[in-house]
Amino acid sequence: MSGKIFKFHNDLDTDQIIASQYLLLSNLEEMKGHAFESLDPEFPQKVKPGDYVVGGENFGCGSSREQAPGVLKALGVEAVVAKSFARIFYRNAINIGLPVIVCKELPDDVETGDEMELNMMEGVVRAKGNTYSCTKLPPYMQQILNQGGLIASLNKEEA
Amino acid sequence: MGMTIAEKIIALAAGVPAVKAGDIHTVTLDRMMSNDGTTHLTVDMYRNKLNHPRIADPQKMVFIVDHNVPSDSPKTAASQKKMRDFARENGIDFWEGKGVCHQIMMENYVCPGELIFGADSHTCTYGALGAFGTGVGCTDLLYGMVTGTSWVLVPETVKFNLTGKLPEGVYPRDLMLSIIGQIGANGVNYQVMEFTGDGAKTLSVNDRMVLCNLAVEAGAKTAIFEADEIALEYLAARGRKPKAVFKSDEDAVYQREYTFDLSRIQPVAARPDFVDDVVPVKEVCGVRIDEAFLGSCSNGRIDDLRVGAAIVKGKKVADHVRFLVVPASQEVYLQALDEGLISIFMESGAIVMNPNCSVCWGSCQGVIGENEVLISTGTRNFKGRAGHPSSRVYLGSAATVAASAVKGEICTAEML
Repeated sequence: MSGKIFKFHNDLDTDQIIASQYLLLSNLEEMKGHAFESLDPEFPQKVKPGDYVVGGENFGCGSSREQAPGVLKALGVEAVVAKSFARIFYRNAINIGLPVIVCKELPDDVETGDEMELNMMEGVVRAKGNTYSCTKLPPYMQQILNQGGLIASLNKEEA
Repeated sequence: MGMTIAEKIIALAAGVPAVKAGDIHTVTLDRMMSNDGTTHLTVDMYRNKLNHPRIADPQKMVFIVDHNVPSDSPKTAASQKKMRDFARENGIDFWEGKGVCHQIMMENYVCPGELIFGADSHTCTYGALGAFGTGVGCTDLLYGMVTGTSWVLVPETVKFNLTGKLPEGVYPRDLMLSIIGQIGANGVNYQVMEFTGDGAKTLSVNDRMVLCNLAVEAGAKTAIFEADEIALEYLAARGRKPKAVFKSDEDAVYQREYTFDLSRIQPVAARPDFVDDVVPVKEVCGVRIDEAFLGSCSNGRIDDLRVGAAIVKGKKVADHVRFLVVPASQEVYLQALDEGLISIFMESGAIVMNPNCSVCWGSCQGVIGENEVLISTGTRNFKGRAGHPSSRVYLGSAATVAASAVKGEICTAEML
């Protein structure tokens, strides 16, 4: 499925994805309208389900706030593709069932507004007529993702 | 093949004789901590998403309200009430307003050899006592609370040999910012920082907490010191016993090694908006500030208050500056009262606040406005971290912050 790219800089920290002042709101639905507020206040209106967030190195560094991948998922972001991820964001995204994948070459070749398509299982991204290979998730993590996240996978075990 | 301290802790928690970097293991968690930054979401998931809601062992759980204390709005109050009620209904240890979560954990719970998950990125602080503490999100915390277990990808360990002793007027904060400045904000992503060497012996548990606390700012999964006699003394004074005391084996595998000579470290500051943009304080001297903050899980301990008070004693905070002093816990606050430090701060014009995360997390106390500048002993200086997106945060030691508060612009204590 093809979606529009929203591209962000290296060392993009979780405070930029969702600022501290919104974290104690009741739920992700209340928070999601503030995603990326410091960088692009219109992001929540512009992003459509199926769109992609593309980052550089160390995407999602800083706080462990699960609200960061949470608001992206709540807005319908299909996946986050970056050159590298900070570990807590990476693990949180998988745990809530938001696909994240490392792709070294793509981020430098695309801009916000470009279209891309991700095949998570094959580990490839197609954009601007090119095909980029990504680092596939370890099978253990891919399985959590396939089941819709850690809690869905626990519920399945205990069904 | 030998193992590092971190690998030994994971092996013990996994119930296997040995682990190596890259393995994935299921571990039994020794302890889990959650604060008001995310617990309301954990409780919602517990109530609405689980087929079989249960708590594996309530005695392993600690809930701490420390981020927005006292509550700043009806919505915050509602989220905190959800957390408070859940803790009481389920027999979970509950702390509110007693201090920043990591300080409470170090004062009351953490033991060497434990594997601890905390729903806060600075959980890596616990390595100061030879424990493996790591930050997780609320889904991981929930899974751990329900099953008592989790999965861990065994991280590689990077060795940091510390030699020599910090010069007079130079602090662990300067050392750790210098290390982060050199290795970068993702310098040890997914790795363990193991601090060792003769230089480590010159550092108290409080000093070691500063180094371990900030390890996540270089991307580390955790940071750790061997639980030596200094750590065991801290523990014994608080009536606790280690789970296990580990040393890294002679033939343990390190991904790489660094050596830092403590005697060559100088006062440094991290410039906005990245923790790894570190320069000598003299390069940012003269930057006019609007607010100064002495506190946080990184540098709100008695040592920091002593350093700050010695600098402001008999002087006045600059007219245009708000100087916030926030002890990291009530224990620290009471000791500071005993030592007369609180009077010194108040007489200088500082605003002394209740123990909490305060402006370090930029949502409750001391939030700064458009284009304002803060110098802080807090953990981070990301864009907008302390308030308005156009505001700027510099990070430095307690000495640099206190001196800057008096001068009204960034300076070292020597320049006052």
